[in-house]
Amino acid sequence: MTEAPNATGSRSLPTEKKPEAESPDLTTTRAAASMRRTGDVEIKGTRKGLSITLGQGEWETMLHELDERLQKATAFFQGSQVNLHAGRRELSQYQLNEIMQLLSGHQINLAALETLSKSTGEAAQQMGIRLSLPEVSYAGLEQQPLREACSEGLLLRRTLRSGQAIRHPGHVVIIGDVNPGAEVVAGGDVVVWGRLQGMVQAGALGDDEAIVCALELRPMQLRIGSYIATSPEDQGGSSKHPEVASVIDGQIVARPWRSK
Amino acid sequence: MSGRVITITSGKGGVGKTTVSANLSVALALLGQHITAIDLDIGLRNLDIVLGMENRIIYDIVDVVRGQCHLYQALIRDKRIAGLQLLPASQTHDKTAVSAEDMVAICDELRSNNDFVLVDSPAGIEQGFHNAVAPADDVVIVTTPEVSAVRSADRIIGLIEGIGKGPGRLIINRIKPGMVKRGDMLDTFDVIEFLAIDLLGVVPEDESILVATNQGTPVAFQQSSPASRAFHNIAHRLLGEDVPFMPLFEEQEGVLDRLRRALRLR
Repeated sequence: MTEAPNATGSRSLPTEKKPEAESPDLTTTRAAASMRRTGDVEIKGTRKGLSITLGQGEWETMLHELDERLQKATAFFQGSQVNLHAGRRELSQYQLNEIMQLLSGHQINLAALETLSKSTGEAAQQMGIRLSLPEVSYAGLEQQPLREACSEGLLLRRTLRSGQAIRHPGHVVIIGDVNPGAEVVAGGDVVVWGRLQGMVQAGALGDDEAIVCALELRPMQLRIGSYIATSPEDQGGSSKHPEVASVIDGQIVARPWRSK
Repeated sequence: MSGRVITITSGKGGVGKTTVSANLSVALALLGQHITAIDLDIGLRNLDIVLGMENRIIYDIVDVVRGQCHLYQALIRDKRIAGLQLLPASQTHDKTAVSAEDMVAICDELRSNNDFVLVDSPAGIEQGFHNAVAPADDVVIVTTPEVSAVRSADRIIGLIEGIGKGPGRLIINRIKPGMVKRGDMLDTFDVIEFLAIDLLGVVPEDESILVATNQGTPVAFQQSSPASRAFHNIAHRLLGEDVPFMPLFEEQEGVLDRLRRALRLR
């Protein structure tokens, strides 16, 4: 592909920082995003949706960490179904209750609990929590850190119309348009081979290094990690050429795409 | 005979669903088709008014659903053209009085002795819309060249695709050639490019529609007005004929422009 004819330079979009991340510790955000194990909780996107895995660490610290991590990507988790993996850890009804409350506080639904401990299983059953059986093929995926799990992309060959939403923990590639009123929320990068006029959130799990690119980048609102940018009011003539948006020095900047 | 069920919908209100339903019904009937129009805007009916049948309603669709009358007792035959009849909506109930299954059953019964069943959907995306789309073989989306109407159409197309009824076909209603020419209005090309679905027809804004609606005689009865011609073309397209699109803007504007230019020159 040749260089866009009027690749005049980059335009920076009016960017805001998400309110809840006022004083962000970017190093930890990145660390979390690239899944160096900072604690004993793992949040991952898998083929079956989101999963939270609890380790063997100290209960209170773990809860606290989970809370913090969910806080960083509220919009992404809101309303989602999550599988909780407790492994061999023994959980009392009280502890299960605590974690359920934490999840519902973030408007997350617990789809199922996976446990290898008999007593935890019994406690959960008494509370009416659905149990899921550990799966072998699934377990292989579990070992992968988030970035790798994210590389499991979602390819859509259609136009997203107003009111339609896509949520995916990995990268999202759309061959078609994203119309105004449509939403794309991705844990990784978002590529739109078409016109992007809706709302897009890339790096929704807290990755500020995610990028969004489109043949025609005219989103209503663009979010990358913890940054939010609104479209400039004057849309006249801008971006009839492919552009790539990323966070540069705390600003979401759209640059013309050019082949190397 | 197994007729096709065509649902006319839009999402946004006030774009002319009922006008389109009434005129297509008349245009199809004038082409010798047997057609039943169903008004599904329960509680806010007005297809009967546009078709001039308001004072002849005895039973309505809710009576049919509740078994208070037979389907054929509720149908009102048009006195002007053979082959056109209306199943009126109820004015005293709401959209929940009819279910999607009821609609499928009614349409299946009507299919057997009609060429077309036209369902006039209510505005909105709630149950009324779902009832209207449930029996459809084809969906026709009506929009006007306004951003808000086009957005609603986009939403509706998404919903229709979601239930596997295809993207549907589009009628752009109330285009004002003059405004399009000045660039003050979205033109057909903008709308089609955005919505990316097949165009079934373009209907120009026409004062005679208002007069006709008030008199209960849809414009499709008079072949002369521009809007009427557009509706007849759409009817032909629904019958599978390949009718070229009226060079609406160029030709009409051309004549007017020439006149204006002539006047200005003198």
